[in-house]
Amino acid sequence: MIKTLRSQNHSLASGQEQLRFLSNGIFGSDKLPTFREKIDTLGEFPLKPANIEIFQVNVGYMCNQVCKHCHVDAGPDRKEIMGRETMQRCLDIMSKTNIHTLDLTGGAPEMNPDFRWFVEEAHKIGVKEIIVRSNLTIILANPKYHDLPEFFKKNGVRVVSSLPFYQPDKTDRQRGEGVFVKSIEALQMLNAVGYGKAGSGLHLDLVYNPGGAFLPGNQAELERDFKKELKNHYYVDFNSLFTITNLPISRFLDFLIRTENYEEYMEKLVDSFNPAAVKGVMCRNTISVDYDGYMYDCDFNQMLGLKVDKQAGQHINDFNLEKLESRHIAISQHCYGCTAGAGSSCQGTVA
Amino acid sequence: MEKTYYDPADLKKFGDVADFQPELARKFFDYYGDVFKDGALTAREKSLIALAVAHAVQCPYCIDAYTSDSLEKGATEQQMMEAVHVTTAIRGGASLVHGVQMMNKVKKLSM
Repeated sequence: MIKTLRSQNHSLASGQEQLRFLSNGIFGSDKLPTFREKIDTLGEFPLKPANIEIFQVNVGYMCNQVCKHCHVDAGPDRKEIMGRETMQRCLDIMSKTNIHTLDLTGGAPEMNPDFRWFVEEAHKIGVKEIIVRSNLTIILANPKYHDLPEFFKKNGVRVVSSLPFYQPDKTDRQRGEGVFVKSIEALQMLNAVGYGKAGSGLHLDLVYNPGGAFLPGNQAELERDFKKELKNHYYVDFNSLFTITNLPISRFLDFLIRTENYEEYMEKLVDSFNPAAVKGVMCRNTISVDYDGYMYDCDFNQMLGLKVDKQAGQHINDFNLEKLESRHIAISQHCYGCTAGAGSSCQGTVA
Repeated sequence: MEKTYYDPADLKKFGDVADFQPELARKFFDYYGDVFKDGALTAREKSLIALAVAHAVQCPYCIDAYTSDSLEKGATEQQMMEAVHVTTAIRGGASLVHGVQMMNKVKKLSM
């Protein structure tokens, strides 16, 4: 298993250091336009939100896997974890607003000891959609997790899981040795309780991200391939495939720099800038919350330490929907990842 | 003039050929774009054919471009290598099949 940047005392474990890197070099020398300059030409700066519909809550950075591209720098050594009090505050906000989706992420969100309590309470108060971003292998990591498929079903959870390829080698190179086989087993367990099966109403979506310094291909075509291959070889069914672009932060940024792919990758993102994708970026309808209750424009900004605009109130204790919906979204060069090609978000393409 | 014939940065300047002859360049790039669209062959199949041809014509720009493009189109590494073997088989075969010509000549000359 590879080590987290944090455990290596790597300079890129710091959000500030990453932001400094992303603002210098090719972007500091005017070789490439900054994201601000780019959206300014469209009249989109400052970037502003629409209605907030999704509360994406990161319940902790601990994970049983250490994936090479992870933007969270998650791993077994990460101890940041959300407590019940913060979860309760999130639920209070959801019951008082029209935010209809609770999107739980991590690390492996299931490793938070209050994870099940959180999901059950959200279900009880009638949150319209509860998403759990599961890495799949957690279901098999310990007997105490084996009943997760039943638990998800009981609480009407939509499961969204990463599977970067329908073959073992590419998946394992990115996510760790043996991850593919375990992921398939977990998918079969989810299918067994009805997830991904037509007519069950239990949604199981997969997330594809490229296994290196290149952009994702056509989402619909990849979905067709995944459906055919996973069905033929493993009898696995799922609903939708979301393609997500790797954003140049944290471990993926480290990979780009180490392999001398950084400049070329950033050029590719800038060249593929799609004005139509700017309209659909997820920071326009999402608020990201960290384990301590601080709010961010997205999970990537959370990892960079870029909190929401101060004037909007940065902590859930100061939650004010009106102020948040009129805030200016914090941006840097990593945002090019969400506007390249067909766009990228936690729900896949946006344009 | 550069000291080497090939510079990876030149790939991005491909469109600059229009500077010296805009009309023909426009026709070429319009045609090029249409060729690679989904048709009776999928965009991925076309990308793999391009990768194979790139190896046949040994064009480093094309190998660079269509390696990335094949990956982006979701081609597997096995598919990409099999495409290169198709190139190799045809190139090798193209030489070897001329052996028949050689044999014909040998037979004609020999008693």
